[in-house]
Amino acid sequence: MTFRKYLVLAGVTLCASIGDSLLSRGMKQVGSISLHHLSDLILAVLNPSVALGILLLLGFFASYMTALSWADLTYVLPATSLGYVLLTLIAKFYLHEAVTTSRWIGVLLISSGVGFVTQGPALTHHPPKAPPHEAEYEPASMKDAR
Amino acid sequence: MKQAYTWSAIAVIVLASTTGDVLLSRAMKQVGDVGALWRRSGLWTVLGRVLRNPNFLLGVLAMTTAFYSLLFGLSWGDVSLIAPASASLTFVTNAIAAKLFLHERVDHRRWMAALLVAGGVVLLAA
Repeated sequence: MTFRKYLVLAGVTLCASIGDSLLSRGMKQVGSISLHHLSDLILAVLNPSVALGILLLLGFFASYMTALSWADLTYVLPATSLGYVLLTLIAKFYLHEAVTTSRWIGVLLISSGVGFVTQGPALTHHPPKAPPHEAEYEPASMKDAR
Repeated sequence: MKQAYTWSAIAVIVLASTTGDVLLSRAMKQVGDVGALWRRSGLWTVLGRVLRNPNFLLGVLAMTTAFYSLLFGLSWGDVSLIAPASASLTFVTNAIAAKLFLHERVDHRRWMAALLVAGGVVLLAA
């Protein structure tokens, strides 16, 4: 894992959590949308928070796809779950919400899970299958080497 | 009856998002390291390869199904049950599906990570 790859994982985490927060704030500003006035949903894109939220979620999708191109799914998903922790910290210190003890335990569990997975390898290496003729006609020097 | 609808929605969300994640992961492994490909052949080659990959398109379709199932689920049940239940179950089903279909090496470390994160998500919503 290189520093650039850790940056991509940070991009997945940050874009998803900040994008969701912005969408939530924007949709609260827009107000509830009735099923009879679905055109309001299109106009909601004009809200700056919604527009920025959509841009960040596009950034999330691009960085998530990039991460999946060089890392296992079972590595990327837990490694990027720090977004839940980030949202709790935003709720506590920025939105001044009350965070209960069980939520702090949840934060601790997620952080431990991230710690567990990031200590291991990011990608499963599947050994290339040797063509049959190589297996059958093994050079004598290879046999001698054993 | 309402509870049966809610849990059916959770089941569909978990199934669709796991299918989507597995298909997208397979598609991106077929495309190869995006950074290296971008440096070698440029952005348009990367986009062309990703968008022409059938697994990518099916993955996006599965993710769209998961999103609309979530919307339907939220109209039947409580967000405090549906969102954490589907998110945490998806971590576990993804680990199983990645082992079965992507042949990823899901060792004890990854199992622990999936279970800890799943438990943590449930507690955050408690």
